[in-house]
Amino acid sequence: MTKSDTTEKNRVTLSRRGFIITGAAATGGLAIGFNVAGVTDALAQKVLGAAGNEVGAWVLIKPNDQVVIRIARSEMGQGTLTGLAQLVAEELECDWSKVTWEYPTPGQNLARNRAWGDMSTGGSRGIRASHDYVRQGGAAARQMLLQAAAAEWKVPVEEVSVDKGTVSHSKSRKTTTYGKLATAAAKLPVPDLKTMKLKDPKDWKIAGKGLKRLDTVDKLVGKQIYSIDFKTPGMLNASIKDSPVHGAKIKSFSADKAKVMPGVRGVYQVGVGAVAVVADSWWQANKALDAVEVSYDDTNGSRIDSAAIAAVLRGGLDATENVSVANKAGDAKAAIAGAARKVEAVYNAPYLHHVTMEPLNCTAKWTADGCEVWVSTQNGDAALAACAEAAGHPPSKCEVYKMHLGGGFGRRGMSDFITKAVLLAKQMPGTPVKLLWSREEDMRQGRYRPITACKMEAGLDDKGNLIGLSMRITGQSILASVAPARMQNGVDFIATQGLQPIDGPQGNEGGFGYTIPNLTIDYAMRNFHLLPGFWRGVNNNQNAFYIECFLDEVAKAAGKDPLAFRRDLMSKNPKTAKHLAVLDAVAKKAEWDKPLPTGIFRGCAQQMGYGSYVAAVAEASVDARGKVKVHRLVMGTDCGHVVNPDQVDAQVVGSVAYGLSASFFEEITLKAGIVEQQNLDTYEIMRMADFPTKVETVTVPSGGFWGGVGEPTIMVAAPAVMNAIFAATGKPVRSLPLKNQKLRA
Amino acid sequence: MARLNINGKFFNLTVDGDTPLLWAIREQAGLTGTKYGCGVAQCGACSVHINGEVQRSCAVAVKDVKPTDKIITIEGLSPSGTHPVQKAWLALEVAQCGYCQTGQIMAAAALLKKKPKPTDADIDDAMTNICRCGTYQRIRAGIKLAADGGVASKAKG
Repeated sequence: MTKSDTTEKNRVTLSRRGFIITGAAATGGLAIGFNVAGVTDALAQKVLGAAGNEVGAWVLIKPNDQVVIRIARSEMGQGTLTGLAQLVAEELECDWSKVTWEYPTPGQNLARNRAWGDMSTGGSRGIRASHDYVRQGGAAARQMLLQAAAAEWKVPVEEVSVDKGTVSHSKSRKTTTYGKLATAAAKLPVPDLKTMKLKDPKDWKIAGKGLKRLDTVDKLVGKQIYSIDFKTPGMLNASIKDSPVHGAKIKSFSADKAKVMPGVRGVYQVGVGAVAVVADSWWQANKALDAVEVSYDDTNGSRIDSAAIAAVLRGGLDATENVSVANKAGDAKAAIAGAARKVEAVYNAPYLHHVTMEPLNCTAKWTADGCEVWVSTQNGDAALAACAEAAGHPPSKCEVYKMHLGGGFGRRGMSDFITKAVLLAKQMPGTPVKLLWSREEDMRQGRYRPITACKMEAGLDDKGNLIGLSMRITGQSILASVAPARMQNGVDFIATQGLQPIDGPQGNEGGFGYTIPNLTIDYAMRNFHLLPGFWRGVNNNQNAFYIECFLDEVAKAAGKDPLAFRRDLMSKNPKTAKHLAVLDAVAKKAEWDKPLPTGIFRGCAQQMGYGSYVAAVAEASVDARGKVKVHRLVMGTDCGHVVNPDQVDAQVVGSVAYGLSASFFEEITLKAGIVEQQNLDTYEIMRMADFPTKVETVTVPSGGFWGGVGEPTIMVAAPAVMNAIFAATGKPVRSLPLKNQKLRA
Repeated sequence: MARLNINGKFFNLTVDGDTPLLWAIREQAGLTGTKYGCGVAQCGACSVHINGEVQRSCAVAVKDVKPTDKIITIEGLSPSGTHPVQKAWLALEVAQCGYCQTGQIMAAAALLKKKPKPTDADIDDAMTNICRCGTYQRIRAGIKLAADGGVASKAKG
């Protein structure tokens, strides 16, 4: 069972504005039926009554005992949907085999005073930031259902119990089911969620188990509808091209040739820099787009090359002004100056693209009265806001129908593609327009992982102890472009993610795990015109590469084993006990001290981020021609509580591909201000043959906290492998991607 | 105008000859299980079978497909969705976002038809489709499970 049953798909459902839309056609097959309180329309009541009864905001129960759990976060492959459903079902005490799901809409969320809380899905927060209120929602529904049974049987509620959705009163031997109680339960007041007593995770029966995902079957037979697949009557298709130089404006364009091409219905400017062709089919639109002649005024853009950006970063590495300190202890400069031995290195990490497999797209329908969009988005709330702003309508007159994502990785947390779809649809009132970006457009109009560089300096005493460390990060800020309001005193704290003081305000999102008596970690912001964005794992990735690979250089200079060297820096501080424990767990599983076959070498790495502690041990070889083979990776995670161990394994193993693909192959470069990599023939991505022979996961949940899982292990996969390569070749890898490095002379 | 045999059914499609098969399948035939990923035969999300061979449908023009050519898409791989590869994918929970998986399944099914017991090297050679979620390890395991008599034999034994 994957979602509300098939008969449900064709039922009439009711939107909050009171007009009726047909389920399958208008929502792309997703059930968006709601039993909205206060609805009086007779037809709607009849339909919704059959559809089920809402027992609290999170649960809809049907007469056949089917339980529909509302999922506010977005599903992009990370398994959050199933995990959240498990948490609700655990407290609800329903029959898991009867559980299905649906996405509440952002418009509903707004209209109902944000009944489902935050709809954004990023920062590995899907579960860790909503586990409490979704469980409370399940518990509240259970309490309402038991109260309904007690009232019906005229017995004290304390004497009523439930097992898998079957409610019983043992004294009278009465039993009933949630499906039969739901109508009465729905009429009861929803108790205050905060008063709900939640189960101890050790008593979990549904959560904590490696249950199958609720959304798999359709994906295997071609029935899963992503927004690229959405269809609605009268819909036209569009392809768009924005200025290849970010920020440049259109001076003029000629659509004469395009307009007469087959299927073309119109050519429109979108915003200041884009032109879109609308046609009967997308292929026609995309072909005609090539025939549009555009001239740009690029005085607002920048014609900078990658070499010029690199020069700016070199300046940032040694800048003395406008530098923000992220983490400091003692006097690193003096300690390094007086050290018995110094180690210095400069590290670099390039711009990267997200490359969601489903290119960006959004369908919009604008009328004078409102605007609707159908979109695969990571952020329902922001999508609604973007829709309303572009539409020129209040949010209450707009609606967003969320769909599964063909990959997100942070790119679909931004709403620029939604804005463009609405601005285009606004020019064709009443006509639904699906705007799909070509892969080339998707590559050019990325929100790239920002380029950064890092200057590392370390001082060792005569016994090989690390007495001073200085890290200067420089490069582009995400927040300065995406969310300047989140900067603190003009500082982008995300640039130093993973290197922050554990006790500081950002410690939980990336707390530095090493205790070094003299330490300075600072950041010199250098911004460029290319638009940056959050990329799965964000700055933790680059920063883990810098610190973890440099530590191996320092350990080597000190004549120490890299694992032992790290243990020395962690074991004396109880606040880094969790960092160390997960490192120890992977070292144990990988048998760190056991010799490997000739030619194979180990490397390790650890980092903390997104509330979780992670570590990795890699085993790799480098052949005579410099080709790397990763034979084994052991990936460790302490995420506090595990909701679905099989999905944790899937996320961790998958994160290895994302991290290694980036560090082996991926790079966005600029020529005259334009991204050079226009498709996947020039932006190389890791495939099966280059994936490690074996990835093993070690999950060591220590309880007492809730950490994220989707991102954290990305940050350690690459440094562990790079350190194994360093062990194999004796040459540290300081610049990514690896494909640009000559590993053997 | 093109006459195409897709999943054993003839479609008369109003489409220019230079239209890639991918877009004829998605937009004219209305079968959206075959996905657009790159349009330049790199990612494999658009993989279909043509006369039993796996092909990247974004790089095949409609005019080069004859009415006698038998095109199979994910929707036609198994009417009940129970091809051994699909069963293995379900048993091992291979899919994450799922977007590339229809193409992966088509590539794996074609591989197993040619090489019922593929080696790791065979899998590396045949499975060049990109999965951005990084499900490669489970894809490999899925192919081996399907090759090994599939889910049913595993369950018995």
